[in-house]
Amino acid sequence: MASVTYDAASRIYTPGARPAINQLQLDIADGEFLVLVGPSGCGKSTALRMLAGLEEVNEGRILIGGEDVSHVSPKDRDIAMVFQNYALYPHMSVAENMGFALKIAGVSKDERAKRVKDAAKLLDLEPYLDRKPKALSGGQRQRVAMGRAIVRSPKVFLMDEPLSNLDAKLRVQTRTQIAALTRKLAVTTVYVTHDQVEAMTMGDRVCVLKDGVLQQVDSPRNLYDTPANVFVAGFIGSPAMNLFQVEHDGEALILGGERYVIPDGSLKKTSSNKVTLGVRPEDIHIDPEHGIEMVVDLTEELGADAHIFGSPEGLESFQPLVVRVDGRRPPLKGDHVKVVPQMDHIHLFDAETGLRLNGEIPENTPHAQLADVEALQDEEGE
Amino acid sequence: MTSTTPLRPRRTASRQALNITALAVALLWIFPIYWMVNVSLQPNAQMRLEGPTWVPLDFTPDAYLGVLSDSSFWTAMRMSMQVSLLAVAVALFSATLAAVALSRFRFRSRTAIIITVLVVQMIPAEALFISQFRMLSGWGLVNTTLGLSLLYVGTVMPFIVWMLKGFVDGVPVDLEEAAMIDGCTKVGAFFRVTFPLLGPGLVATGVFGFLVSWNEFTLALVMLSSGGRVTLPVWLQGFQEGMSGTDWAGIMAGSALIAIPVLILFSIVQRRMASGMVSGAVKG
Repeated sequence: MASVTYDAASRIYTPGARPAINQLQLDIADGEFLVLVGPSGCGKSTALRMLAGLEEVNEGRILIGGEDVSHVSPKDRDIAMVFQNYALYPHMSVAENMGFALKIAGVSKDERAKRVKDAAKLLDLEPYLDRKPKALSGGQRQRVAMGRAIVRSPKVFLMDEPLSNLDAKLRVQTRTQIAALTRKLAVTTVYVTHDQVEAMTMGDRVCVLKDGVLQQVDSPRNLYDTPANVFVAGFIGSPAMNLFQVEHDGEALILGGERYVIPDGSLKKTSSNKVTLGVRPEDIHIDPEHGIEMVVDLTEELGADAHIFGSPEGLESFQPLVVRVDGRRPPLKGDHVKVVPQMDHIHLFDAETGLRLNGEIPENTPHAQLADVEALQDEEGE
Repeated sequence: MTSTTPLRPRRTASRQALNITALAVALLWIFPIYWMVNVSLQPNAQMRLEGPTWVPLDFTPDAYLGVLSDSSFWTAMRMSMQVSLLAVAVALFSATLAAVALSRFRFRSRTAIIITVLVVQMIPAEALFISQFRMLSGWGLVNTTLGLSLLYVGTVMPFIVWMLKGFVDGVPVDLEEAAMIDGCTKVGAFFRVTFPLLGPGLVATGVFGFLVSWNEFTLALVMLSSGGRVTLPVWLQGFQEGMSGTDWAGIMAGSALIAIPVLILFSIVQRRMASGMVSGAVKG
């Protein structure tokens, strides 16, 4: 068990080109479950492989337990990794797979058998110890990969999208099991995923990456409540936060002809006459009297609640407005409704830098553009 | 009636046509083997009768006994074994290293090397005889097992490297990375994880190399120029020339006996040549 530190660590494949990981600064406490999340190509897997020793650290350092391991080979780092495709040794039985690292380390046969058995018990793998990986189901293979990691009692667990090959239902079950298991073992865990729901539900803290640059690292709650820039705002949350370009006069937002006064003075922090307004779908309600006019284009009924989609009048946005409403009597397609954002839960971002303007603002946040969020939506739509 | 019903008879008809074609091709291939065995079991006098004898009614093992009691057959058998096994061993070892390098490492002029290996294979063997002979002669290796083996290594290497590269490509790199995280060095990861998974590839390419070396005639004839040291194909040629009248039964018996070690080799390894060793490693 150990802490992990990325000290301005960079991975540069081609000198001069954009680094795959750019000056990553991150402290992970002993026993913490940290999730690295971001869209595809953001460098999250590279960051994990740097920690594993499978990718070079070109600049900066990586420390495990206070010890600089930047140029230490993987075998000497005392880490265990679960691969996205599990990477089980096909010519070995489940027991041999799980005991392989111990065998290499020279652990005696009896001790090895005992530790493999303990881990197998923990993961319900006891009946399968003599089988070869090809005779296992996807979920069982995933558990063997987990077992191979926990048998070793390493300093750090590394997990690279370990659930992405499971079907949706199994993924949710396994998600809970892994989260519970790593807490029980109290081993520092770095977990990579592209799925922000996985990130939110599993992590003690979540680190959002984009283009190799750390955007924000915080608890899931804070990430959701106070995204540091417009990219994090658009990435975390499902359905995504509604983001609009809105005009203001320094004191109030002008929305659908009405003035919404922002009393904390955050609108004075920007020089532009526009700001990006962010409102989560659950922070908008339908008002019978006044508000922004909208025609409902689509209603998604989810049972407990429903999402309505529409294009409000006079609002500049690349995406339809999403409102979460009571699932029992949602407005239907074609209905005219008036919607009002809940002003004490809105998020304001600088229209140019994309940085947060209201509430608590984390330091050293990189700039982001609304276009980045737009690209994100396109990617998800594919 | 559904729209798919008319398809069914047509599909059966085409299937039958395919089956008949396959059968015809198979017969075409098997006929020389049948004829070899047939002739080898008949007395030579039978040959001179008009019309072919399809079934050896005057069954006699004389031809086989004749070959087996010929000491030059056994000398040639030993020579062939030595040359082929040495060639296969050296070729497999070097080709494995080459295939791993070409498959796993990214280095300058990697593509050029891969293409060169392929091009070398396309040079006609006859074009190289003179230079090969001079090379061996310079090293004092003409008429030796080692010399001929070396040439066979060169003959089979390009193909084996290419084929093994495919097998190495088929083993996910993740497996080696997992082994390295589990405590292996890069070399250790290769020998403990990748190498065992190359089994089918090594067997297949090894059989190929053995067959080529075992059956090769021209190079052996050129390089083993003098003395009684010959490989089996060259021995068979000499056997034919040595007789006053051609001993067809003897030649066919010799041919059949030459084929037997290869058949034994195949029957031992064919089960292991089946692919699917890597299945289960990664989610497919």
